[in-house]
Amino acid sequence: MSRFVYADNAATTPMSKTVYNAMQPFLTENYGNPSSLYRFGNKSRQAMQNARKQVATALNAADPSEIIFTGGGSQADNLAITGFMKGLSAKGRTHIITSRIEHHAVLYTCQALEKEGFTVTYLNVDNLGRVDLEQLKSVISDNTALVTIMAANNEIGTIQPIREIAEIAHAHGAVFHTDAVQAVGHMHIDVQEMGIDMLSLSAHKFRGPKGIGALYCRKGIALKPLVYGGGQEKGLCSGTENVAGMVGLGQAITDACGANLDEKMSYVKSLTDKLVKGIMENVPYTHFTGDPENRLPGTASFVFEAIEGEGLILRLDFAGICGSTGSACSTGSLDPSHVLMSIGLPHEIAHGSLRLTLGEQNTEEDVDYLIEKVTEVVASLREMSPVWEDGKPNLTAASELHSH
Amino acid sequence: MAMEYSEKVYDHFSNPRNVGEIADANGVGEVGNAKCGDIMKIYLKVSDDGVIEDVKFKTFGCGAAIATSSMATEMVKGKTIEEALKLTNKAVAEALDGLPPVKMHCSVLAEEALRSAIADYYRRMGKDPEPILGCTADCANCHCENH
Repeated sequence: MSRFVYADNAATTPMSKTVYNAMQPFLTENYGNPSSLYRFGNKSRQAMQNARKQVATALNAADPSEIIFTGGGSQADNLAITGFMKGLSAKGRTHIITSRIEHHAVLYTCQALEKEGFTVTYLNVDNLGRVDLEQLKSVISDNTALVTIMAANNEIGTIQPIREIAEIAHAHGAVFHTDAVQAVGHMHIDVQEMGIDMLSLSAHKFRGPKGIGALYCRKGIALKPLVYGGGQEKGLCSGTENVAGMVGLGQAITDACGANLDEKMSYVKSLTDKLVKGIMENVPYTHFTGDPENRLPGTASFVFEAIEGEGLILRLDFAGICGSTGSACSTGSLDPSHVLMSIGLPHEIAHGSLRLTLGEQNTEEDVDYLIEKVTEVVASLREMSPVWEDGKPNLTAASELHSH
Repeated sequence: MAMEYSEKVYDHFSNPRNVGEIADANGVGEVGNAKCGDIMKIYLKVSDDGVIEDVKFKTFGCGAAIATSSMATEMVKGKTIEEALKLTNKAVAEALDGLPPVKMHCSVLAEEALRSAIADYYRRMGKDPEPILGCTADCANCHCENH
């Protein structure tokens, strides 16, 4: 009970000390409004420009002016999708292509646009969570304005073939946006080399502060503003700038995407591999979800048969472990997560999902503890489950899954 | 969507009372289904004079489902069948110091499981449970539509 293991780094990450130190002066002495004319505001303005440059560098954007700061990843997604579809660059095209496993910041934005008369195609994914490129090729048309596909999935960690998707979009004159909220800082991203026209990111996913994100928007793309007001952020996201947040984002992305990215990725991946191996070996009737090869280094997601995810999370919490689930009980509806449904898991199985996401601050000892406690907790819940008998599940759907 | 449980829910979830099966049960009821994400099975051992001498449960479900199973079994243990039939889902939820609104259906499930076990007991005694219990429909299949 004394141990505390934070294994929910896909939900948010602990802010780093360097980020905190960089932000601190802009929360206290350097409070000047960057839009003011006197020199006291200069420090804030310069800090903001520096942060914009840091984000541009990390993504290999051609120019810092292509970075628009927003109040987080969801705002960036909303600005990219709604702003583009209603902006001049859509050129009257009314079709959007996205996938079934996007974050709700994308899915619900698309659904809202559908109600206003835009058409949306939701691409299927295979059982590893990879979008169907053949379907993309068959549905894309001269009316397709925007293709928006996430870089990596938040629940199962599957990385999408971004470059191929961008090529297909461009071949039809469509613009490509990617929700890279879960990806930035955890995999290599080069917007120019990957053919990305717009990209959303959020600072708190890579050890920056909450409440700040950015949209990379390639020069020449005209968006309709998300927030009207004083004209900040090129008039797209008005409001007095969150200077400290921007500074924190700039520092965090520099730290996360800098020279040690490869080293960090391989360290985190080694921990995750050990965790996956330990759980798959120790807990019978467990399924690994997501792409075993092309996935985020820190994401380990599973489904355990014959138990329900919320109970699992609560019992792990009692053991000092933070993790998450896509069970219906966690969403407040009767359906488990749309991602788990989309990769073809039956309801009966999807209720027992667990996502553990590791970060650079986790250790080998954390992993040993996670394996030990997950094994114990799953066994204790199965012990009281009416669909667990004689050491195995007695669900019909379970046996169907095994026959695949 | 985050929600908070009461201390009592946490207590009954972390140390559930009456978990298990009764080998010589004379009333067994099961409601819910795995598709909805919760199944509750209740075993009763009723004495000749109609007192619930022992009660056990097995539940597949969330924290609230397990806590309500535990509390409901606590509340009927040692009671007569007639008294047990008066147990409402509201009383179970209140005994747990309340449940978040989205979890109220879990307490309904506990009431249904208990009634289903009592109906089974009546049938085994050669009595028709319908006049006493009302609906004896297959709750396992109507649960999903109810909520």
